[in-house]
Amino acid sequence: MNTIVCVKQIPDPEIPASKFRLDAEGKKVIPPEGIPPVINPYDEQAVELALRLKDKHGGKITTLTIGDDSSIKAIKHAVAMGADEGILCKDKAFEDSDSFSIANILSQAIQKIKNYDLVLCGRQAADWDEGLVGSIVAENLNLPLVTLVESVDLVENRLQVKRVILDGSQVFSVPLPAVLTVSHEAGQPRLPSGWGIISASKKEIAVWDANAIGVEPSQTGAGKSRKKLMQLFIPQKEKKCEKIEEEKPEEAAGKLALKLREAGII
Amino acid sequence: MKGVLICGELKKEEISSISKELISTGQKLQSDLDQSLDYLLIGENLRERADEAAILGVDRVLTVEGPEFSEFHPERLARIISAVCQQIEPLIILLGQTDLGRDVAPRLAAMLGGSACLDCIDLAYDQKGSTLIQTKPVYGGNALAEWAVASHRPYIVTMRPRSKKPAEPDPSNRAEIIPIPVEIDETQIRNQLVKTVHEEDKGIRLEEAKIIVAGGGGIGGSKGFDLVRRLAQVLGAAVGITRVPADENWMPKSLEIGQTGHIVGPDLYVAVGISGAPQHLAGCSGSKVLIAINKDPQARIFEEADFGIVGDYRDILPALIEKLKDLSAT
Repeated sequence: MNTIVCVKQIPDPEIPASKFRLDAEGKKVIPPEGIPPVINPYDEQAVELALRLKDKHGGKITTLTIGDDSSIKAIKHAVAMGADEGILCKDKAFEDSDSFSIANILSQAIQKIKNYDLVLCGRQAADWDEGLVGSIVAENLNLPLVTLVESVDLVENRLQVKRVILDGSQVFSVPLPAVLTVSHEAGQPRLPSGWGIISASKKEIAVWDANAIGVEPSQTGAGKSRKKLMQLFIPQKEKKCEKIEEEKPEEAAGKLALKLREAGII
Repeated sequence: MKGVLICGELKKEEISSISKELISTGQKLQSDLDQSLDYLLIGENLRERADEAAILGVDRVLTVEGPEFSEFHPERLARIISAVCQQIEPLIILLGQTDLGRDVAPRLAAMLGGSACLDCIDLAYDQKGSTLIQTKPVYGGNALAEWAVASHRPYIVTMRPRSKKPAEPDPSNRAEIIPIPVEIDETQIRNQLVKTVHEEDKGIRLEEAKIIVAGGGGIGGSKGFDLVRRLAQVLGAAVGITRVPADENWMPKSLEIGQTGHIVGPDLYVAVGISGAPQHLAGCSGSKVLIAINKDPQARIFEEADFGIVGDYRDILPALIEKLKDLSAT
């Protein structure tokens, strides 16, 4: 069972809101000082699902990313968790590509890797929250797709996939090869082991440019974006909180209960 | 390509609230565009539902009926919607950011060669530039982005539930109901649906709840939720959670409120031990009154709250439960 996992490096989504800064003019997020970027958490969960399959059925896991040299960190993290190979797609022409271009580059790279049974992506990247790439890759490659996946197993050469819906779950049986997008319900990703970290540090990561992948450079990048970012801003808060600060919990609770009654809520 | 097509959804055999919200959005776009507004219903035995939709202020109700079409099978539904779009060629396709929209909208964009913007909270059509302006929370809700599209039609958009008011029925204005024949080659459907499980909540459905008591990471474990449940019981409220209790398996994942879970809008939302991450606020900022109980006076939830108590929920909740019991007795 050979799996390709597409990953992306993003600014740490867990940073406190007070550290979140924008360059409104440049329509960009300013990387928070002293907080390094991380592998997109949903992608990390996709790596975890791939590893669970590998633990049970064997095979090879290849991680694939698009970015600059710093994105190698996301690949190395996946390798430290237990992935076998890593490929960085890097080209000046790829910069500021939209989800459609990213999906096209990934699709071409996946075809170049060949020999795969499964492609996994995170359900969305926690920076722009687009939630498009995995599904477009599936359509590009004309492969079956299941989104928002919680768990997966291989049963008689088909995938048994459990996906999340708002009030429950669905199970699909899917032929291989297939594309799955992974949701956080997949659960905690494993921590890299000491040995994993050592082997990741030694691991050679292949770097592919547009030419190597077979992507026409003029078909990617900001110029080919299907939508244009007009404005980026932090929404204003208008609410004013009336804080009840009493020494004793009974008094605070009593005040709150009365306020709720006055407001006609209870 | 012309006009706006809304992909309607049924909830328990009724037109769901998000569909009525999409109609409101569609009506605004329709007047900017001066083009038609169509409402699509897919399923079986749609007669009554179509009649209901026909008085909601759309130009046409399009129905697609077929065996197994009422099954929630995203791969098949994407093909059905795509086939309808090829027949009627809409400029804008509106879906909810729901189980259906999340899955089907990206597929449609790839199938139809359009553009896609998911989880929008506002849409406007700029006639001068012939562009659609899409407003969408990004970075987990830390920021809002305004995207413009002018090429790559159709424009496929999903709208976050509760970002617009639902359309009201007007029985004096009845839209035409037009059945659209769609043939699906079942051999082309690769995913086999084994089962769909709806976890029947014992309590009140979160989307319909008037009062919600929600607990977050600050609750500290499954045991702490006993107090949350007791408060909910006294208030006649539904119980919700944030990501942490879901990830830590303290509570069922299906109770999660936020960007990737339920989007709620109760009269009263009591946030207990919730720090106020924007990803969670995305799901509850439509609440009329928000009360925060948190021991950290700097917690971000207080910026969103109408009332707040700084304190340990283990002390506050029992006192509040007693107080509320006293009040309801008088």
